[in-house]
Amino acid sequence: MASDVKPRIKAPETAKPGEVIEIKTLISHPMETGQRKDDKGQTIPRKIIKNFTCTYNGRPAFSADLEPAISANPFIAFYIKADQSGELQFTWTDDDGTVYKAEQKLTVG
Amino acid sequence: MQEFDRSLRSNRRHLLIGLAGASFALVATSILARPALATPQSAQELLAKLVKGTPKAGRVTIKAPEIAENGNTVPLTLSVDSPMTATDYVKAVHVVTDGNPAPGVVSLHFGPLSGKAEAQIRVRLATTEHVIAVAEMSDGSLWTATREIKVTIGGCGG
Repeated sequence: MASDVKPRIKAPETAKPGEVIEIKTLISHPMETGQRKDDKGQTIPRKIIKNFTCTYNGRPAFSADLEPAISANPFIAFYIKADQSGELQFTWTDDDGTVYKAEQKLTVG
Repeated sequence: MQEFDRSLRSNRRHLLIGLAGASFALVATSILARPALATPQSAQELLAKLVKGTPKAGRVTIKAPEIAENGNTVPLTLSVDSPMTATDYVKAVHVVTDGNPAPGVVSLHFGPLSGKAEAQIRVRLATTEHVIAVAEMSDGSLWTATREIKVTIGGCGG
């Protein structure tokens, strides 16, 4: 299943200094709640992404602690204030400790 | 005839009492047999763990459809009225519900780099229930908003 997990980022590549830009992120992930049962009545083990973090040139910009109440393929949209050119780093942490990563360049000027 | 009438009436009374008792027992067992659902109380308990103090109503906005046809993905937009400067910003927004199997939904952490205290997420709602958001500001003040979302098809599986 792990190979199916694919992060996607939609964010502008350029911004004016001080501009507030919207970042949209989506990661394909089942977000299995641990509440459901399969055909044989066995509980399907919980598997969710429990944390999402975005850093901007290494500085923490936004993060979210997710619970099973978040839909499958978690979509998170948020804003950052563009103040310097550099890189946005995105990390998603799974229950089992797997970390999925993505980056996006941002040019400010 | 009169005798028969009386006995019938008393039988009926007994029958009714018996039925009432049986249906009460049925209701009681059906409540007990249900899986533990989040209640307004457990939602408040979780909030008490997440933030210290009593939030005041205001400054927080929960944008969501009034009726969600599919409880599996309900878009929620959370925003807080804040200038988001280095000294005055929103630290976190905690979201809980009172009708899901567990009350927790998400904790969003903002900072001065956010520029705008707003985020959009998609959540699962098991039934028609209240979504409660509490914002924690950099000065320690707490603000809250509650919104009821009607759900036609629940989204927590079987």
